[in-house]
Formats: sequence, structure tokens, C-alpha cells
Amino acid sequence: MTGAAPELSAPATSRGAPHPDSPALFRYTVALADDALISAQRMGEWIASAPQLEEDVALGNIALDLLGQARSLLTYAGQVEESGRDEDALAYFRNEREFLNVQLVERSYDQPDGQRGGDFAVAMARLLMLSTYQMELYSWLRTSTDETLSAIAAKAVKEVDYHRDHATMWVLRLGDGTEESHVRMQAGLDAEWPYHRELFEGAHVDPALLEAGVAVDPGLLREPWDARVSQVLAQATLGIPDVRRAVTGGRRGVHTEQMGYLLAEMQHLARSHPGATW
Amino acid sequence: MSDLQAGGGHGAVPVTGVPARGATSSTTAASRRDWPLWEVFVRARRGLSHGHVGSLHAPDAEMALRNARDLYTRRQEGVSLWVVEASSITASSPDEKDAFFDPAGDKIYRHPTFYEVPEGVDHL
Repeated sequence: MTGAAPELSAPATSRGAPHPDSPALFRYTVALADDALISAQRMGEWIASAPQLEEDVALGNIALDLLGQARSLLTYAGQVEESGRDEDALAYFRNEREFLNVQLVERSYDQPDGQRGGDFAVAMARLLMLSTYQMELYSWLRTSTDETLSAIAAKAVKEVDYHRDHATMWVLRLGDGTEESHVRMQAGLDAEWPYHRELFEGAHVDPALLEAGVAVDPGLLREPWDARVSQVLAQATLGIPDVRRAVTGGRRGVHTEQMGYLLAEMQHLARSHPGATW
Repeated sequence: MSDLQAGGGHGAVPVTGVPARGATSSTTAASRRDWPLWEVFVRARRGLSHGHVGSLHAPDAEMALRNARDLYTRRQEGVSLWVVEASSITASSPDEKDAFFDPAGDKIYRHPTFYEVPEGVDHL
């Protein structure tokens, strides 16, 4: 199954002496995991609501890929923390302020009037932005000096490359499609654009991790991201949104109103029936 | 045979009297019928030929290939994929089945059953 966590050989850092920068590494890994986990949860809302049956499956696949990445990363974060928390404890029993994902991934696709069933152009704009970032991120992390992060990244990079390809296909077709699809794709892009800058913020990354070659400074991913995204947008005859407003806060645990509803849905079963299996 | 085409993995199906697929559709833009049907062929591994596995809808060939990847190679079923627009396939008609296939029924000399296989020759 696509979403299954890969079996990773136990890394040297998870045995014996605690990792020298445990709290910093925990925080970094959790931020990576939460981007994937919350994206997966939101993406799952498209299953049975996508424009076509084939697209339900494609988005379901992508959500499961992201869930698999989240599981590996949360498991590793738990090992680094050494407090006995596993992936479920970290996914289901943390509160909103403890989640470190960017706000890009948490917001609802639903219409402003609350009606279920979102805008597909928004979803594809968001996926293009996220997967291009993750592609650059995981490409770099493959060479991380942390063996576990490097192993997770090596598996994930092929997955997010496909996500990027899928989003690119749709952005090209909608952007350079009919007059109507062009307008709606541009609107979707404009709506998501203020949230992309947070991807490149690095305040939550401890300089010691950068120095040790464990983590990558997100700011370094900005240039290749810009190049790739602007190439797709140009080909899709879309304009780069002229939006100065930039939203941040997710990496500090500050989230949008919709995050609470997402967590309620994601966590209520595990919290109502602790230890339940199904 | 002009009113027949391959479709839905069920062999030849009549296309007259059923809602049209593809660009000729007169239904609304959001309709699934605006997307043509594609037949999917998967090669399980090197050395084997591509085999038909099913069909799907997609707006164009590139997307069809990606949908095929998601629908038919989820469990590592293949190393190569082909997609062919179903309307491009000319299929034999069920009505002509007798004329097409029955005459081969009593031509047993077409089967290589009249040779003696030397001992020690396997896999013949």
C-alpha cells in the first residue's frame, strides 16, 4: 500500500547515546511530518468529490504517499524525542499549537459558504506549490548526514516528483485551456499565493542542524522553486500573482481557524477510543 | 463493422443507440462523457508482450497514461504502459463470430500435434 511506512533500518542516532541536538532535530522532523500529515488529511477530502473517478484515485494516491511520509517522519521524531511517543501519539494527541505545518496545507477547500466540495483549481495550485517545494527539499535531504532522514527522503523524492508532475499536468491544461478554465486557474493560484513564502522560512531550524548537515536551510530552496514554478506558469499562460501579502505562523504553531476543524475530524476517533484498532 | 468499437474491456460494443463518448458528445462541459475512453495495455516484465488490462477515461493521451499508472500499476503490475483511444480500435463483430472463428475448428492439422518430440527436449 502506498501509504505504508517504509521499513527503515534502525539508524545509529536512535540507539545508544541521545542525539546531540535532540530537541532541535525533533522540532525539525515534526515540521516536515506535519506538512505531509495535514496535506494528506486535506487531500483525502477529494476522494469521491474530485471531478472524475480517475482523479479520485490519483488524489487518493497522493494523499496516501503523503501519509506514508508523515508516518515515517513522526515515528522517527518519536525515537529522537525518547519520551515513548509513537506516530499515533504524535498525530492524534498533540494539540493545535503543537503542530508545526505551514498554513498552506491546512486550509479548507470548501466554498466560502461552507458548502462541501472545493475548487479544483485551488487544489492543483496548492499541490504544485507544495510538491515543488517538497521535491527540492527531499532532493537535498537525500544527502543529509542523518541516515534516517536521508532514507525517508530517498523514498519520498520519487513520490513527490510524481505529485509535481500531476499538478503540473493540470495547471497546464487548465491555465492554457478554455477562457473559463484560464480565469479559474489564475484565481486559484492568486488565492494560494500568499501562503507560499512560509515554505521558505527557516526560523524553526536550529543552526546547529544546518552546520551538521542534518537539515537544509529552507531559504536555499527558494531559487530553484521560483525557477520551476515560473516555468510551469509561463507555459500555462498564467501570470505570477502580484500579491505582497505573505502569511506566516504555522512553524510557530499559529494556525488558521480551519485547522481546528481539521484536527477535530482527524483526532476525535483516536481520542474517543484510546488504543482502538480498526 | 463501422458501428462497432472496442469499449470498456468487454470487447466489441455497439455505439449506435447509446450515448456517444468523446468530443462528439452534446452533454454539458462537466459531463464525464466529454472525456474519451482509453484502453490500457500493461507489460508485466521484460520479454512479455503488452496485455490488455482495462480501460479508463482521460482528457488526453498524457493524462490517460498517468491515470493508467494510478489505476493499473498500483501493485507493481508492470514495467511499461500503453494507452490507446478506444475509438481507434477496430474490433471484430459478435455477429460475425461464426464466420470469423468457426472454420478453424476442424483444421486440426494446424496444430503442431503430429510431431514426435525427441526425448530430453523440454519446454517445446
